[in-house]
This record gives sequence, structure tokens and C-alpha cells, in this order.
Amino acid sequence: MRIFDPHIHMTSRTTDDYERMAAAGVRALVEPAFWLGQPRTSVASFTDYFDSLVGWEPFRAGQFGIRHHATIALNPKEANDPRCAGVLDVLPRYLEKDGVVAVGEIGYDSMTAEEDHAFAAQLALAIEHELPALVHTPHRDKARGTERTIKVVAESGIEPGRVVVDHLNEVTVAAVKDSGSWAGFSIYPDTKMSPPRMVEILKQFGTERVLVNSAADWGKSDPLLTRETADLMLASGFSDDDVDLVFWRNPVAFYGQSGKLDLDDIAPGASFEGNSILRGGS
Amino acid sequence: MKPEELRAALDPSAVDWVDEAMRQVWADPGAIARLFPRAARACGRGPIKDGWTADEAARALLLAALPADRVAVEVDRLYRYGDASEKRAVLRALPLLPIGDAGVPLLHDAIRTNDTRLVGAALGAYAAHLDAATWRQAVLKCVFMGLPLSIVDRLDERADEELRVMLAGLAEERAAAGRPMAADATGLLHRLAGTALRKEA
Ligand SMILES: [Zn+2]
Repeated sequence: MRIFDPHIHMTSRTTDDYERMAAAGVRALVEPAFWLGQPRTSVASFTDYFDSLVGWEPFRAGQFGIRHHATIALNPKEANDPRCAGVLDVLPRYLEKDGVVAVGEIGYDSMTAEEDHAFAAQLALAIEHELPALVHTPHRDKARGTERTIKVVAESGIEPGRVVVDHLNEVTVAAVKDSGSWAGFSIYPDTKMSPPRMVEILKQFGTERVLVNSAADWGKSDPLLTRETADLMLASGFSDDDVDLVFWRNPVAFYGQSGKLDLDDIAPGASFEGNSILRGGS
Repeated sequence: MKPEELRAALDPSAVDWVDEAMRQVWADPGAIARLFPRAARACGRGPIKDGWTADEAARALLLAALPADRVAVEVDRLYRYGDASEKRAVLRALPLLPIGDAGVPLLHDAIRTNDTRLVGAALGAYAAHLDAATWRQAVLKCVFMGLPLSIVDRLDERADEELRVMLAGLAEERAAAGRPMAADATGLLHRLAGTALRKEA
């Protein structure tokens, strides 16, 4: 089984997680820029973070034969802090990077005017840099937040098929699918979405234009829930081909719209001139 | 490697892209900010010659097209905002650029990382600008990281008694831990020890 996790925050995970993910079949992933739990207070904190998403993390992932990509954006939560507004000005540099396959995570947290501004500005950047967009839906007031998200996406002029609206559930999935955008689901141990609920949604809404991710981060989460969901799909009567569609070909099709997805010769043990570099700490 | 040699080693389609991109940089040096990250998509990432890859060569040619008074500032900015491949290309291009020792802070940054591609690229010909203490630490770091010492420019010429002492200490620690030291590092240690013995005699 080959798995492409389309949304996971590896910065917050250990190298042991990379090892376990590789053993479970994860061969590629996308790490969206998001907030790190502790609010940042300057643009420089963001650029250092973005640097690690296009520098250190791809290197770390490469040790386990996992191809790492990123999405870059000013996240909705920190868009509310005027000290971080300058992040919008440095985004164009990062959106040109080889490993950056979308603008994201953008969208709403508390649905403020500042969030409106950052969301619209970054959808415009996605159009300008010919990238798809990864849109986060709020945890609070989710149904109305999702409705408003769909409206803003439509107003921006970006093609809906180049947008994934993420963290959906039974209540919000239909509207997103109807809008023409991709439906994203984050499988969490306790909240958001569980493997059994996900399998039910796939039965009801089908396997097309669906991205299933672990969204694993610094919170209570599990990078192997993609594999667990895939196993449950098989146990519930889905075919190997269905699983491959959801966990590989769908993310490849979605992020492939960037023209930058590079999945050639994925093999374990990335090395420099023949020397493995699995040992760290020098 | 001179810029002409790098250009000659590229595929014809990559040469076309690079020539056009260099024209844009001549006309407007600021254009390099957008062209530099695009070079790998346009020219490929495969090996071409003497350890250079196509994207590194294309990026070095873009840097070589900058007017002399803009090189230092653009190199600094491209490295600052570069992904790992772009940073590596900047480091490899340093010996080809009219930049004096202005690139030394970039070597220090690269050597501080734990990314073997960057540490390795910092020890080419431009490392001649590094002071002896930094250079020795970087060589020792290569041994720690398992990098082949063949990437270090003028290794035997610069290796000194102080480096011998550092390598001998590492060899002792490794022996105590039951782990071997890489053959090329052991070889260097033996060569340095031989020189030390001949001096005593
Ligand atoms: Zn997320």
C-alpha cells in the first residue's frame, strides 16, 4: 500500500514518526504552514519556519524515503496579529520554491475582518503563482464558517477544482462537494473525524475529489491514522484500487495542479554521495 | 569549473533557458529573485559534470550574470530565502563570483546546519576564506556526519597538527564505543601522524 498524507505537520513530530510512517506505507506528504501553538510576534519567526519547511523537513523526510512538500501561507489565527501582517509580503519568495505545491493553510479561525483580508489576498496569490489552495475550516461555528469559505472562494475567481476545503465532517461535506472544490478530512483520535465515520462518508459521497489526512501536529493526533483508515476501508468492502485512489492518486491529482509535484525515484535511504546520514547530532 | 564549462555541460534546452534568464538578469538584476528558484524546474536536477547538477550549474550561471556591484547583496538574499537546493547552489557558486570574502558568513551558516548537502558544499574551494579553527571543526563535523572527506578542498594541504589531535581524540572515543571511524578519516589521521613522527625524527 502506498500512502500520500496530504496534510500533516511534521515539524511537530519526531524522527521516529517518519520511521513508523515509512513502515506503514507513507511515501509522500504535504506539510502545510500553520500555527505552532505559541503565537509568533514577528515576520522573522515565520521566515525561519518557512525555511525549515523547504529545507530541514524535506531533508529529514528524505532519510526515510518520504518525499516532503509544503504549502505556505499566513494562517488565519495569526492573521489577526498586526505584527504578523508583513508575512504576506514575503510569501511570493516562498511560493516559487520547488517543494511548495499550494498556498495554505488559509481560511477562517474566528471570521474577523483581518481574516477576510488575509484569505482574499492569499487566494489572489494562489492565482498569481498558479498554485492550488488549501483552506482550513474553523473548529468553532464550523457550518457557517464553511458556507462563508465557499462564498469567498467563489468570489476570488480561483477555479474551485484547485481548492481543497479541509477538516470537513458529515454536516459540511455536501456543500463543499457541490461547490466543485475538493473535500478534505482530518482523521483524529478524539475529535474532528474517526476512521469508521470516514468510511461511512466515503460510502455515501464516493471516493472522487476526496483527500483524507492525519493532520497530525503537536496536539493529540496520530500520523498512522491514514493507514488505519485505509485498512478499515478494505475491511469494509472497498477495493485496493479504491484505497489507492483515495490515499495516493487523489492527492497526486490535487497537488499535481501546481505543476511541481516530483515523485520520481522515491526510495529509502536518501544519501549524500553514497553516505547515509541517519545519524544526527553533530 | 568556469561558467563557460558549466554552460557547455548543460542540455541544449537548459542552455536556451539559461541564456534567456541571463539576459533578463543583465537587463534587471532584481529578476534573479524569481528566476533562481525556477531554474530546477526549467533545467532539471540530474548530474552533469564534476559533481555539479544541472540546477546548480544553471543557478551559478545566473549569479555570474549579476553586475559586480550587485553580487554580494543578491547572493546574500538568495541564500537567506533559498530552499536547501538553492542554498547549496549559492555555496557552490561562491568561488566563481567576484565577491572577495563577503560569502564567508554563508559558509558559517551552512556549517552550523545538520544538512549534509550544505555542510559538504561549504568545504569546496571557497573554504580557503575560512579561518583554521572553523575549517578544522567543519572537517571534524564531516567525519561525524559520515561525509566523505574527498569533498574537502585541499584537505592534506590544510590539515595540521591541531586537526590530528582532534581526529585522534575522536578515534579514541569511537574505539571505546566499539564503533569504527570512517576509513578516509583514519587514513588522514595516519598521514598526519606520519608527518608528526617525521618531524620528531
Ligand atoms: Zn493543519
